[in-house]
Amino acid sequence: MSETPRYRELGLTDSEYELIVEKMGREPNVVELAMFSLLWSEHCAYKHSKKLLGKLPSEGPRVVMGPGENAGAVDVGSGYAVAFKVESHNHPSAVEPFQGAATGVGGILRDVFAIGARPIAVLDSLRFGELDSVRSRHLLDGAVRGIGHYGNSIGVPNVGGEVYFEEPYEHNCLVNAMCIGFAKTEDMVRAAAAGVGNAVVLMGATTGRDGIGGASVLASAELGEGDDSKRPTVQVGDPFEESKVLECCLELLEKGLLVSLQDLGAAGLTSSAGEMASAGGVGIDIDVAKVPLREADMEPFEIMVSESQERMLAVVEPSRVAEVRAICDKWQTGSAEIGVVTDSGHIRILKAGEVVGDMPVDALVDGCPLYDLAPAAPAAWIYGNKQTLSPSANSAATLMALLSAPSIASKQWIFQQYDSIVGSRTVRRPESADAAVLQLPESGNAIAVSIDGNGRKVACEPFNGTVEAVLECAQNLACVGAEPLGLTNCLNFGNPEKPVPAWQLDRAISGLASVCEELGVPVVGGNVSLYNEGPDGPIYPTPVVAMVGELPDPAKTAPSSFVREGDAIGLLGPFTPTMHGAEIAKQRGELEAGLPEPKVAAVAEACATVREAVRAGKVASAHDVSDGGLACALAESSIGAGIGCRADLQDLRERGCTPDEALFGEGAGGFVLSGDRAELEALGALIIGEVGGTTIELAAGDRSLVVGLTDATEAWRSLDAKAESVAEPPADA
Amino acid sequence: MIWGVLQFPGSCDERDALNACEVVGDEARLVWHEDRTLGGGVDGVVVPGGFSYGDYLRAGAIARFSPAMEAVAELAATGGPVLGICNGFQVLCEAGLLPGALLRNEELRFVCKQADLLDDQGNVLSIPLKHGEGRFYAPEEMLDRLEANGQVAYRYADGHNANGSVRDIAGVRNERGNVVGLMPHPEHAVDPLTGSTDGRKVFEALEKFA
Repeated sequence: MSETPRYRELGLTDSEYELIVEKMGREPNVVELAMFSLLWSEHCAYKHSKKLLGKLPSEGPRVVMGPGENAGAVDVGSGYAVAFKVESHNHPSAVEPFQGAATGVGGILRDVFAIGARPIAVLDSLRFGELDSVRSRHLLDGAVRGIGHYGNSIGVPNVGGEVYFEEPYEHNCLVNAMCIGFAKTEDMVRAAAAGVGNAVVLMGATTGRDGIGGASVLASAELGEGDDSKRPTVQVGDPFEESKVLECCLELLEKGLLVSLQDLGAAGLTSSAGEMASAGGVGIDIDVAKVPLREADMEPFEIMVSESQERMLAVVEPSRVAEVRAICDKWQTGSAEIGVVTDSGHIRILKAGEVVGDMPVDALVDGCPLYDLAPAAPAAWIYGNKQTLSPSANSAATLMALLSAPSIASKQWIFQQYDSIVGSRTVRRPESADAAVLQLPESGNAIAVSIDGNGRKVACEPFNGTVEAVLECAQNLACVGAEPLGLTNCLNFGNPEKPVPAWQLDRAISGLASVCEELGVPVVGGNVSLYNEGPDGPIYPTPVVAMVGELPDPAKTAPSSFVREGDAIGLLGPFTPTMHGAEIAKQRGELEAGLPEPKVAAVAEACATVREAVRAGKVASAHDVSDGGLACALAESSIGAGIGCRADLQDLRERGCTPDEALFGEGAGGFVLSGDRAELEALGALIIGEVGGTTIELAAGDRSLVVGLTDATEAWRSLDAKAESVAEPPADA
Repeated sequence: MIWGVLQFPGSCDERDALNACEVVGDEARLVWHEDRTLGGGVDGVVVPGGFSYGDYLRAGAIARFSPAMEAVAELAATGGPVLGICNGFQVLCEAGLLPGALLRNEELRFVCKQADLLDDQGNVLSIPLKHGEGRFYAPEEMLDRLEANGQVAYRYADGHNANGSVRDIAGVRNERGNVVGLMPHPEHAVDPLTGSTDGRKVFEALEKFA
């Protein structure tokens, strides 16, 4: 064939196109083809992941909204609910980090206020290549500025997150944004269109040519050479417009003026109208001539697939359209009646009354074939190794190397660029506790939120690695006294059509289902981002999980830092550290396949013990043992407090650990607690040391180290210098 | 005392200010930017933080023309208390109700952190700041005059000037003293759970003008 058919350029396969022709009974025209190509993309149709996602447990007594809605939501008592969702904006951010990350935040905010919840917090989970790469620093700087620009301007606090720097993300960074919303349960609204004859009203910004094909061309294909030419597929955000649309929508919902509401995200009007019609079992007619445009000469297909930001679609009873539009005027945001709900079961696109597209809703929205994966486990570690720390380095030098590793070091350089306090709910600011804590004066209690992922460990073994990520999230909540209510996730993986990423995805989802089942935590929503690959292969498989937990009293949480000289230090939980997938194994260039199976039930039991102890005020501080092992956990608790510590980890050797593993090994289930010795012993903690002095002194068998608190602090605070070491972006930017 | 809190499109901290005013005063209510009056009984007004009109053109440059700002100017002229916080400080400077201007932070980045401020009584107040354009600037002779007149209301303590403000100035007042603007956020320092309660002193210092 001399010429590539148009449908292939749009990302559809030959067999998918044939199926569309069969369902339509004819060849689709240019408008219809554009719309099918987007809704049948991986990004919109989840065609490689939907079958697997069915395994996840999604029900629980506190679930208010589950998968399939714009965001999940859980009951927090007194008639209130907390909504939350994580979404990726990876490829746009890899192509244009500032706008990519900014609109990632904008999109996730809209998902949350689309169900009638006021956004009260944002968190983010980021992955970049190593910071010695100019490209990675450019992406980090742009993404952080973009997230800050959008969140700061719209008045939603950024209360936490996580960042890792690893070679496999060099080409394909990850930008996952999470939003938490708060609502009166009775005011929440679903996205299903209803009521034949009701008006379809487009609100917010005008529609332009930005972001055309974002979901298919950018999000559902691997990155590669020439991606700079994809910059026009990245949307441009305007947080001021979003702020007005947000307030406008919340006022409209509070006044009961909307039948349903949906945000316009990937695939723009096509997906929001399609999904609203599908969920409501109705049809919708849209007249593109009525859509307010930025450029007069836009084609119907462009209007239907534009991903211009800050737009919302509402279904309104005809008698209330005038009132709705008046409130839009009050908030100085746009509104236009662009269509009507019909009983045709078809999406019809008109241009000044003339039909330019006509598709059955079930074919368009639910007709995409779902694929089985063809997974195959790799024979060995596929990601390479690079030694940056000699295995013979002494323990003090090893601790310093770990503390200054960008993935472990303080992220103050990042979170100080975000407003973390607007809204007056932030009880625990970033890095002051293991999870963010937000007070809810309306319902008289508080929530805690943590977002976690560890792609390196999932790369070692996807099932166990994912279990460990969920356990870390649960442990973080336990440290502030919170009990998990629900979980959401963003599954960032490589190309599912290749056997190894397919195996990673399959195993990770199985692990997620298994651990959530065992913990009794429902998965109330999620997002999947596939095709995250660069020229060197797939990213580390990176399921990012986020949990929302409840705590009865916001005044009763624990900091992660030690509090008092003389307090005892206890280790609680089934913690048996190993080198598998640990930061030290990375630095020593000793990464290999395999990760031990975490003891989920025992970790859950330890979480309950810590949670109750924190709530009862029996511990002064609580910190989970994570990256860099016990040595780093102890050092972090000391650095935050400005007080040293002394600990002997000899007893861990009874668990079969080598001295190196006891100091620097990682694994699930460890908590570092400080407080009164007798209280800690009563909790079942192993007493390992004492808070005090101006040094960090650790021993384990034949290994020991003494590091001055000042030196440790300097190492841990070294991210600023690394992130800013070169101000200039790549030459082509 | 009854406080009014202005609300512009793009305001972010108006609800926080409303809460704070309820903590320090008797009552607080929002005042919509299109209203030409502050409403009956309002004794003092807060121009809150945020990004009014998206900070387009220049921070505060559009909001200063809103109808409600005419009412604020009238209250200021009659000696009533006016407090501008962050974006509100920028609006008051743009409106000519306060001297000086706010420029982009020296490091050209948004910064959010807890800071120590010194008031002119020598008290140290722990109050958070969060802004991208908070570097106070005025010409030397104006600065000398402000200092001579006692118009420097708040300074950053040593090591807490996060934006490069001249002479560590965090907040200023008009000659009469009834209009005060500052970049840090006292409305975020009225609840021990969320940080400190030192912000109350900033509101209380204006009560005598009510």
